[in-house]
Amino acid sequence: MTHNNEKQEYTITVYTENQVGLLNRIAIIFSRRKINVESLNTSPSEVQGIHRFTIVVEESRDVVLKIVRQIEKQVEVLKAYFNTNDEIVWQELALYKVLSEEITEKVKVERLLREFGARAVAIRKDFIVFETTGHREETNKLMKALEPFGLVEFVRSARVAIIKESAGFHEKLKDFEKRQPGEEVIENEYLGKREAVFTM
Amino acid sequence: MEQKQLTGSQAVLEAFIAEGVDTIFGYPGGAIMPIYDALYDYKEKLNHILVRHEQGGIHAGQGYARTSGKVGVVFATSGPGATNLVTGLADAMIDSTPLVCITGQVYAHLLGTDAFQETDVINITMPVTKWNYQITDAVEIPNILAKAFYLAKSGRPGPVLIDITKNAQLQKFDYPGYTSCNHVRSYRPKPVIRKEYIDEAVALINNAKKPLVIFGQGVILGKAEKEFKKFIEKSGMPAAWTILGLSALSTDHPQNVGMLGMHGNYGPNVLTNECDVLIAVGMRFDDRVTGRLDKYAKQAKIIHLDIDPSEIDKNVKATVGVWGDCKETLPLLTLGIDQKDRSEWLEVFADYTKQEYEQCIQPEMYPSSEEMTMAEVIRNINEITEGNAIMVTDVGQHQMVTCRYAKFNETRSNVTSGGLGTMGFGLPAAIGAKFGALDRTVISVIGDGGFQMTLQELGTIMQTGVDVKIVILNNQFLGMVRQWQDLFHDKRYSFVDIQSPDYIMLAKSYGIEGAKVEHRKDLEGAVKTMLANKGSYLLEVMVGKENNVFPMVPQGCSVSEIRLK
Repeated sequence: MTHNNEKQEYTITVYTENQVGLLNRIAIIFSRRKINVESLNTSPSEVQGIHRFTIVVEESRDVVLKIVRQIEKQVEVLKAYFNTNDEIVWQELALYKVLSEEITEKVKVERLLREFGARAVAIRKDFIVFETTGHREETNKLMKALEPFGLVEFVRSARVAIIKESAGFHEKLKDFEKRQPGEEVIENEYLGKREAVFTM
Repeated sequence: MEQKQLTGSQAVLEAFIAEGVDTIFGYPGGAIMPIYDALYDYKEKLNHILVRHEQGGIHAGQGYARTSGKVGVVFATSGPGATNLVTGLADAMIDSTPLVCITGQVYAHLLGTDAFQETDVINITMPVTKWNYQITDAVEIPNILAKAFYLAKSGRPGPVLIDITKNAQLQKFDYPGYTSCNHVRSYRPKPVIRKEYIDEAVALINNAKKPLVIFGQGVILGKAEKEFKKFIEKSGMPAAWTILGLSALSTDHPQNVGMLGMHGNYGPNVLTNECDVLIAVGMRFDDRVTGRLDKYAKQAKIIHLDIDPSEIDKNVKATVGVWGDCKETLPLLTLGIDQKDRSEWLEVFADYTKQEYEQCIQPEMYPSSEEMTMAEVIRNINEITEGNAIMVTDVGQHQMVTCRYAKFNETRSNVTSGGLGTMGFGLPAAIGAKFGALDRTVISVIGDGGFQMTLQELGTIMQTGVDVKIVILNNQFLGMVRQWQDLFHDKRYSFVDIQSPDYIMLAKSYGIEGAKVEHRKDLEGAVKTMLANKGSYLLEVMVGKENNVFPMVPQGCSVSEIRLK
């Protein structure tokens, strides 16, 4: 099957335990094979104790399938899925910092922001921070458009994605956590107490 | 009632006792001193073997695990002690060897400060461990140790490393007792067996005219040797092995058709490309086994039994992937398959064996040249041990020759570094192998190159009095690299000419007896003397300098393009 060897964007969704070091365990699966991660988002899932990774790579289906199996093999990974772009709904969030005087003086900027559906999230005397969400091309377009009008800073989040066919994750996850509660993360509580302890 | 107070260090040792650990291989140092201090009071219950280098410690742990079927346990201190474990971890990871390694670590409050002997062991060892974890609070010790042992030995086994900060080792806490672990919620050691795949596999086998079974260490790790034997015997199928599968089926079983891969036997390699159904049991289609993948068993339907789902379709696409523990899947297959006699098909293998015998085996085992060959040394060992010894090899030509020619009656008798190909593995692994099987003879066959990588472990043999027979096959070269330079690099012998010390004198300085054999007439007697000797013995045999191991599947070639010379 030739299409298996064609590279395209895949979104990998991984449910994991909330554990120190797990990010690295997952990351090295990619870096070991010299695969660049286009975007990575990790955050608590809707169920306490379970984390959700969303990883975007551009690779062939064969490679992605093998990677996902390697991810699932990790002790602390509950489940991993991979999807093409037409199987998911996804968004990225972008923030734009623009000088206030440019905006107040130039009508065109206001029109631009309106056109792109940008929302002001912070308004200060000297600058304003706008926010848009959308696909990469959409947030890029506004960035390009704002550039001539004093764009001071720009930042974009990683992709977050919902799998269209994923009926029942939410209930399953809740039920899973209820039946077998996750363990608490234990962090190093001694850092910063160096002066107080004599050690050799 | 007041709860019992223990230190973290004591809790570690209590965990070992609860897990049935009897032997620890280790080396002390600053950050693991509290554990060693506690060990002083556990000397009666736990046998600690002081090695000469942490790499030796972990290879010994591997040897122990491989012969005993138990989890190997290793101690090392922080920093250099821990980094010296890395080669052994990588080796155990790729060869699925169950280990629990405990490393000391600097105090928790010093983490990340570049303290003396601090190193980021968790991140260094992440790619080469099945699981690792850092403990900064003693309260965690009982549960984490229980989890460590469970993860190391369940499912597809592997090495686990637990890094314990010094404060946690010293800390006193209310000891709740030890509860062993048999479940981790995010971890599926065994995939659920799917009936439909069993049925599909059974149908393929029953319709096969020329089925070939290839088996790996999965049979041994799954303790499924009996189940495997029943499976192949019921339908009379030929079975060939990977070097880690070797000894799972006795070498003189009539259906054992020999070794697969680069230096494997003629028949199983050629016929891999002629069989109609290839049944892979607990093996992972390593490139040293498959040769060129796009010309590997393309004509065959492939059934792949593996406990690790990520192995199915990884290298070779399976027609039917039978996920599961082969201890459970093999009997299900045996139940379904028809009783068959396939002697005609086995005859085809016999024909190839005959050709190989005439062109390769006979001249190697009974050479007419004046120079001794590695194979005749193994033949002499076979004649005395009759296949009852544990053979431990290092890496290189002698390893291939030993795997090709040594006889085995019992499982867990061949210990070698397969996936990683770690030179220096042989001597320490043999020490561990003996501790794992004290009632058996352990013979370590090592090349002159590999021996010099870890020869400090002679000190461990001296101090423990462990009985390991060491056979150095000395060809005065790094033989396998020389062979490749000979065959593929126009004989440009670049840095493979290696000198040796006087091994007999060296052994003597460690109180180990030995002898050097330079002539064929002395060989048989010397092997007998070695095996009759009470205690360790070092036998050095001078073999032909430029002998090559054949048959050989040259790199980049298909298995059926195997060369006999």
